[in-house]
Amino acid sequence: MKNKALAAPYLVWMAIFTVVPLGIVIWFSFTDSITGAFTFDNISRMGTYLPIFLKSIWLAILSSLICLVIGYPVAYCLASAAPERQRFLYMLVMLPMCMSFLLRTLAWVALLDDTGIINGLITSLGLQPLPLIRTDGAVVLGMVYNYLPYMIMPLYSVLVKLDPRLTEAAEDLGCTPAQVFTQVTLPLSVPGIISGFTMVFVPAVSTFYISQKMGSAGTTLIGDVIESQFKAAYNPNLGAALSLVLMVMVLVCVAVMNRFSDGEEVATI
Amino acid sequence: MKTFNRVFTVLVFLFLYIPMIVLAVASFNAGTDIAVWKGFTFAQYGALFRDDVLLPLLANSVIVAVIASLVATVLGTMAAIGIRAMSGRMRRVTMAVTNIPLTNPEIVTGVSLALLFAFAGQMMKLNNVLGFSTLLIAHITFNLPYVILSVMPKLGQLDPNLLDAALDLGCTPVQAFFKVIIHEIMPGILSGALMAFTMSLDDFVISYFVYGPGFVTLPVEIYNYTKKPLQPKIYALFTLLFLAILLVMVVMNLVQAGDERRRRQARGVFGKKGASA
Repeated sequence: MKNKALAAPYLVWMAIFTVVPLGIVIWFSFTDSITGAFTFDNISRMGTYLPIFLKSIWLAILSSLICLVIGYPVAYCLASAAPERQRFLYMLVMLPMCMSFLLRTLAWVALLDDTGIINGLITSLGLQPLPLIRTDGAVVLGMVYNYLPYMIMPLYSVLVKLDPRLTEAAEDLGCTPAQVFTQVTLPLSVPGIISGFTMVFVPAVSTFYISQKMGSAGTTLIGDVIESQFKAAYNPNLGAALSLVLMVMVLVCVAVMNRFSDGEEVATI
Repeated sequence: MKTFNRVFTVLVFLFLYIPMIVLAVASFNAGTDIAVWKGFTFAQYGALFRDDVLLPLLANSVIVAVIASLVATVLGTMAAIGIRAMSGRMRRVTMAVTNIPLTNPEIVTGVSLALLFAFAGQMMKLNNVLGFSTLLIAHITFNLPYVILSVMPKLGQLDPNLLDAALDLGCTPVQAFFKVIIHEIMPGILSGALMAFTMSLDDFVISYFVYGPGFVTLPVEIYNYTKKPLQPKIYALFTLLFLAILLVMVVMNLVQAGDERRRRQARGVFGKKGASA
């Protein structure tokens, strides 16, 4: 049982299919697409993509914040429901994630389209149709919709483990319900907030499908650019450089957030 | 405050399920435009069962998901046992590697594997390496961490006396594993396998970068479809899959609830020792 060798096939697998591919990404980032010679060209072109990076980060942060604001009350409601019902409600949160995310996004397109379901209702009331699709708002809606369960799940698992005696003690010591929330419940749910935020931010910042379907030319995100380097323009070296920058950016974000949550945990002890 | 919270939660659930409702309604629509209601029909379901494109693609998705989750479950369970035997630096490095596919954006995983396969293809002087095997390799790779992360906690909860008892009673370590340990960690193995299977079945982003024209899965085809108008029978397929997954989840829920109730009762009759035996 105490046999490290059992992990050997796994380590070999991960070395070949996770570590080596990342090495190839780095190698491609620093070579020319035609001659294969060493170059900084790809990396130096990152400057021109700065606005797209910033836009992706901005929309992803916005979506994560909206997910937090929407997801927190839901997670709280789930955690305070009766145990039998809790399991059922948790299942209802997970269920959409098992269904095709492409089709669910297309359903939103059908809802928001210029001649879509919502605008159909609006025009049947005799009003002017609204420009809903191909806006930043539509992309944020798509991100919030698709990644909301990733926010609710970690928040729920933190809130459900929260010792009810802590909030009772705070009440006994004279806190108002608002104070109980801001001084006890909220600080203790920081690990869940951090992990939910990361779980929404990472897929949102790198998405290409949502922005393709619900956005416009103005909402081209970094994922779209990477996708087109491999599937349309075919400049894998530039695509690799963009992927490398995206990866480093995400790793830095995750590391900073983890550092932040560790600090919080220490602070609460 | 409590009522507000409840009403809000109901509204959020409604938000989560709006697309399902739209797609389910569209599956009964006689017209082809999802936004225009042209009357009720079962025709899409009839078309779906006569279809010879979508169902084979669904079968492809299921084949990849089954094989990938089985391989990942076996490799991952072995790895989890091996990792628990590790300590210090080696364990930290292994866990860091395990975390790479989890923290990396999916598109980066997809791109890196695509480059690896292109590189390997050049080395082997093959024109097109992308196909079933590359898809399978990619799926096993992103499934492995999920299996490991759901088996490791179960190994941590394991009573070390169980293994000693099995060995004292004459089991070889291998026998002890298959007769004792595996039953104790089975919930972790099963939930890991299930998670891997569902991740595989619905994966689009990574598959999109490593699939070949010879072997296409359903999500990839849906993406390629969406450049043309979507065939309404796909909504019928979605609705049926939704009902199937709903059914599986409800049954799993009832089984778990029944299981817990029995455990509670057993505890009541035999005391704590009896329930854990």
